Amino acid sequence: MKDAGFIIASYVVTFASIGLFSFAVLRRSRSAARDIRPEDRPWS
Amino acid sequence: MTTRVARDRVTGTPFTRGLGIVTIAGIVWLVIFGLFVTPADVNQGETVRIMYAHVPGAWLAYLAFIVTALSSAMYLWRRTRSLTWDRIAGASAEIGVLFMGISLVTGSLWGRLTWGTFWTWDARLTTTAFLFVTYIGYLAVRNLGGTHHQRARRSAVLALLAVLEIPLVHFSVEIWNSLHQEASVAGNTDVTMDGLMLFTLFLGVIVFTLMYVWMLLHRQRALTLEDMLDDTGLDRALAARRTEAGVS
Repeated sequence: MKDAGFIIASYVVTFASIGLFSFAVLRRSRSAARDIRPEDRPWS
Repeated sequence: MTTRVARDRVTGTPFTRGLGIVTIAGIVWLVIFGLFVTPADVNQGETVRIMYAHVPGAWLAYLAFIVTALSSAMYLWRRTRSLTWDRIAGASAEIGVLFMGISLVTGSLWGRLTWGTFWTWDARLTTTAFLFVTYIGYLAVRNLGGTHHQRARRSAVLALLAVLEIPLVHFSVEIWNSLHQEASVAGNTDVTMDGLMLFTLFLGVIVFTLMYVWMLLHRQRALTLEDMLDDTGLDRALAARRTEAGVS
């Protein structure tokens, strides 16, 4: 595939950014949840 | 405690877990179709494959910013005023900035291959960069401090102003002479794109939308937890001060 480096880089940037963002969100919520009881969470 | 938190899955529900599985399957499908199954373009050759990440990224950024504006309006309207709307607005803006950043980077890589440069001060690129910076400013304003309702009010007003930039970005290719091509699908009644390419583009939009919903639910719930933590922290500080002062 011609220009494969640029094409693959665009997919890597896209899905790596989304993956990192999702990981950061889950990590932050896990750390915030330590002091909050599960029954106090409106969605649980 | 850590084990219990991990087992609770904190912001997850059966719905978000199911959505996550469907989204991952969709991503795999999109990558296979985008990189290997769809044909090369007559004019752009293989570089057109970047479109399946770039275009859905840009559309989802628009969607996320519009959701931010609508949620902000719901917060400002007295009958529906709730901090939940503010948290949805904030979560959606963060995701919008992420997708806009992805669109700028993938567009830059695509531009290097088709125009010979990573960046040029073209109308579409410049207005998009301006929109990106505006929403980074919006996120900064959200973190200025004050009570939750002060944060919600000032950021809601800003969100309603910032969303006005979206038509400017979208129509910039028609208003000014631009290197960037005009819309190939949206608003175009004479779509000449190959069927498989069009299908993969729509698949990209659907997969990115599913990702957006999954991230929005989790981020909004994470913001709820952070706000609850702020409130309990404040209650504890007040209780400690009262104890120090000898007030029962």
